[in-house]
Amino acid sequence: MKIKLIEIAHGRSGDKGDAANIGIIAYDNKGYEIINKYLNAGKVKEHFKGICLGEVERYELPNIRALNFILHNTLGGGGTVSLKHDAQGKTLAAALLRMEFEI
Amino acid sequence: MKEKIRIASGQGFWGDLIEAPYNQVTKGNVDYLVMDYLAEVTMSILQKQKNKNPKLGYARDLPELMQRILPVCIEKKIKVITNGGGVNAEACAEAILQVAKSLSIKDLKVAVVLGDNIKDNIDSVISSGCELNNMETGESILKVKDKILSANVYFGAMPIVQSLTQGADIVITGRTTDTGLTLAPMIYEFGWKETDYNLLSAGTIAGHILECGGQASGGNFLGDWKSIPNLEEIGFPIAEASPDGEIIITKHESLGGRVSFETIAEQLVYEIGDPKKYITPDCVADFTSVQLNEIAPNRVKVFGITGAEPTEFYKVSCSYSDGYSASGSLTYSWPEALTKARAADKILRSRLQKLNLEFDEIHTDLIGYDACHGPLAVQIEEDKINEVMLRVSVRGKDFNSIERFGKEIAPLILTGPPGVTGFAGGRPKPSEVVAYWPALIPKKLVKPEVKIFSLKDIL
Repeated sequence: MKIKLIEIAHGRSGDKGDAANIGIIAYDNKGYEIINKYLNAGKVKEHFKGICLGEVERYELPNIRALNFILHNTLGGGGTVSLKHDAQGKTLAAALLRMEFEI
Repeated sequence: MKEKIRIASGQGFWGDLIEAPYNQVTKGNVDYLVMDYLAEVTMSILQKQKNKNPKLGYARDLPELMQRILPVCIEKKIKVITNGGGVNAEACAEAILQVAKSLSIKDLKVAVVLGDNIKDNIDSVISSGCELNNMETGESILKVKDKILSANVYFGAMPIVQSLTQGADIVITGRTTDTGLTLAPMIYEFGWKETDYNLLSAGTIAGHILECGGQASGGNFLGDWKSIPNLEEIGFPIAEASPDGEIIITKHESLGGRVSFETIAEQLVYEIGDPKKYITPDCVADFTSVQLNEIAPNRVKVFGITGAEPTEFYKVSCSYSDGYSASGSLTYSWPEALTKARAADKILRSRLQKLNLEFDEIHTDLIGYDACHGPLAVQIEEDKINEVMLRVSVRGKDFNSIERFGKEIAPLILTGPPGVTGFAGGRPKPSEVVAYWPALIPKKLVKPEVKIFSLKDIL
């Protein structure tokens, strides 16, 4: 069965220097089981090919049904150095929610 | 001891909704108003303002705001805590006392927290053995030392607690952690100790929820955002804290927005790293311990929080001048909007190359097409694209190259692809690039200082 991430989760993203942080929150416990099982760091790194040029770190927050990803080397230098229109990675949570995967 | 205090968030950044702090003190009962004004870029801007005029260097919105809210705060005994002092907290305090005088207020104590600004003692810090290496890259600060615009230590809640203990009605700090602004009144009111790490972590997490203002009460909500009521009059979050560290996040009933599991959860994950180690000068809070429970509409109980002792270090945020940048844009319309924008970009880049200008980077965004999501954006058939905004940006060390770039945008209107508009506001001007240098400094090398000012201290 194919799952669209945006149907089972929401989230928020922001900047930490040149790294972006993306928090993904499942709407319910079943959704959290799915994202915890299928949404690994490698898959996120692959999804952001061409955007995330560094490593992806992944952390679990089961208490709020969330995963937190740190995407290194992603924001074109970060802060006022970055020339990107979305220099703070504000829209990257939505970009991750575009993901579809088989379960 | 009070059994409960209500702490209201009034600003999430300098430039936030001006009506928010006014609404927080007038639309219901609160005990404290906390306002975060300092993004990292703000410190360098304020330092430049102070260099030009020694009376400036703080958030100038603040005295103007106090003019409106001070009479209410005094009547309702609401204390105000803010980091809007920037790099000149004393001048900010004086401006606020002048406002109080003009309002014929008889009695007001304003505390300032000083000691965070280490720009002028960087050499002595380095000679004492603290290398101020870049926390992220490990590079030596000697590389950028001569270009430093500002250098500030992040203090925690304790200097604010000291200010409140000395009877301050208003506390103005320089660089203080956003979370410390909210944690401090809890420590002061409930007598929490410096070693009560679980309690300090609870207050810190409440501070994290409040620090971005409306972003915890329905603003910028990526869930079912269309269902959030009355965003036009959004109520900023309020933390109701109890001595045992239980926090209820809520908002004034008459205002808009929403406080729910989902809105709080989105703010909890905002700009965090390892959730088990949220490091502040006061404690290391564990975000995986937080439990959220919706106990009533717009009331979320935040409980179960644990944490650990803080590190031996303060974080230092230095900013330094790192060249210049400029950005110019033009809009191309149907038909072939995308092809035209790409062609214009190619022509522009080729002209820049022939001029032998020096850039560290040239970046192109096709706004309306893929500027936000890049390769993840859905491909749209050219015929279905109504318009595309071409935005080209450059960055480099050579001012003249950046300035010349600005003169190459407008000519594309008459010498490039057709169907172009949207050139307004003149040639793009070079602006200084301010880069960051995060570092650590042993706590023992820096000492926060609290000074109290009252109406008799001003002329």
